[in-house]
Amino acid sequence: MSLRIVVCVKYVPDATGDRKFADDLTVDRDDVDGLLSELDEYAVEQALQIAEEADDAEVTVLTVGPEDAKDALRKALSMGADKAVHVEDDDLHGTDVMGTSLVLAKAIEKTGYDVVIAGMASTDGTMGVLPAILAERLGVPQVTLLSEVAIEDGVVKGRRDGDTASEQLEASLPAVVSVTDQSGEARYPSFKGIMAAKKKPVESLDLSDLDIEAEEVGLEGSWTTVDSAAERPARTKGTIVTDEGEGGKQLAEFLASQKFI
Amino acid sequence: MADILVYVDHVDGAVRKPTLELLTLARRLGEPVAVALGTGAADTAATLAEHGAVKVLTADAADFADYLVVPKVDALQAAYEAVSPAAVLVPSSAEGKEIAARLAVRIGSGIITDAVDLEAGDEGPVATQSAFAASYTTKSRVSKGTPVITVKPNSAPVEPAPAAGAVEALAVSFSEKAHGTKVVARTPRESTGRPELTEAAIVVSGGRGVNGAENFGIIEALADSLGAAVGASRAAVDAGWYPHSNQVGQTGKSVSPQLYIASGISGAIQHRAGMQTSKTIVAINKDAEAPIFDLVDYGVVGDLFDVVPQLTAEITSRKG
Repeated sequence: MSLRIVVCVKYVPDATGDRKFADDLTVDRDDVDGLLSELDEYAVEQALQIAEEADDAEVTVLTVGPEDAKDALRKALSMGADKAVHVEDDDLHGTDVMGTSLVLAKAIEKTGYDVVIAGMASTDGTMGVLPAILAERLGVPQVTLLSEVAIEDGVVKGRRDGDTASEQLEASLPAVVSVTDQSGEARYPSFKGIMAAKKKPVESLDLSDLDIEAEEVGLEGSWTTVDSAAERPARTKGTIVTDEGEGGKQLAEFLASQKFI
Repeated sequence: MADILVYVDHVDGAVRKPTLELLTLARRLGEPVAVALGTGAADTAATLAEHGAVKVLTADAADFADYLVVPKVDALQAAYEAVSPAAVLVPSSAEGKEIAARLAVRIGSGIITDAVDLEAGDEGPVATQSAFAASYTTKSRVSKGTPVITVKPNSAPVEPAPAAGAVEALAVSFSEKAHGTKVVARTPRESTGRPELTEAAIVVSGGRGVNGAENFGIIEALADSLGAAVGASRAAVDAGWYPHSNQVGQTGKSVSPQLYIASGISGAIQHRAGMQTSKTIVAINKDAEAPIFDLVDYGVVGDLFDVVPQLTAEITSRKG
């Protein structure tokens, strides 16, 4: 039977742009170009590699986001994913991680899956907890933050490099996996891939398709509230000297004046 | 006073510094009740008591080490149900965040991750966070359920505050899902003898300009002269010059030391995200136009192979 892989991806404002908050303290998506979160490219890559290893596999990319989030799906499709699911609904604006994970879990169940693969974190919210929450919601093993991953005979195996130790993990499918930026460089879409992506199916779902009430999501349905967001004051530019043979000593003098030596 | 549940990060009974910082923050909100799990759990009690824990709940079982995350969630949930705390605080390690997030789903609570400060507020704890590569500071609170908040290292001082620290055994029954992900092997990271990157008061980092694994010795020598941790930029890590565990930046560690010294690092957004909340920033770079110089308190435009060894020698002789 075909191995069903669902990859969760996020459409985020470009991290190299001038990101800011909108008036309602949600992430401003209008003034900075959006794209597929860089860290999710690693998840797409590992999904494609696992699919290539399997006899028969299907890779579905899934996102929750506004109309423009289709761009992220198209990128993943052009890398080689087979089809896409886009959950889009005006009531989703301002949804926090609890609401997003609820929507994703329902969409994953509706799509059908053997393994869910996600990136280690988004580059905008950077929480890094969504995969663990998905595992909790779906009631399946969590095999997260992997630098190496493989699936064989219905078992997912991987290496998790933690602060104090490196661990080898194993779990039976179905499972939720997340991969780090150490898992292997993501491929670039080929011209052929980009052309093929235009013909691949993108299914659109809204909240009613997933039996989710508007009150469960959105800014009002969030379980957390942002009260204020302030731009961090620019650091006042310090002293810059050019080394003319004494640069190290001058720096030592500065460190001594600040009581670091 | 309300109880505040504090999840203890420890290695065989040795409490890691971020947990002691959490106790400082917990005391602002109520009375800290600590939860320590796994091998050596009971050995944490004396240190936790010195820093304000009125009670230390302990549980030890092979399950905590043999299976990933979920057994610890089960135990933290048992502690939550036993204590009915006003908030749950967890250190912002990768594992800590996952434990906190799963607990939050189970108890129907919102979660805030990576707080850098916590204050008591009229509507519950107010968390300060850094957003968008630390270019914004936000204040947030959990508006549903019991606040579950993870806090980054170096967010509060470690303060002695002697309390009873009464040890109580925590009864945990593991859920059906606890044994889903088996840890089949564990290789402890070799100790370098240097401070933990995220906990260090001083961090010395090297980047592309270091130009080779063999040259990281001069970065390490400078770090050792200051008793500092060693960091590396993504460029240096991707080139294979230094381990990923030492990477500072958006996809590595985020550090906030008293002093950050960047050598041969241009200061791309990816790197700035992980270090720009450092108190004092110093940089050495050949390129006078490098963006890192926009952040520094003191910068030297020059060849790091000249400047760094001279700096190390000068520090060593001054400390002599």
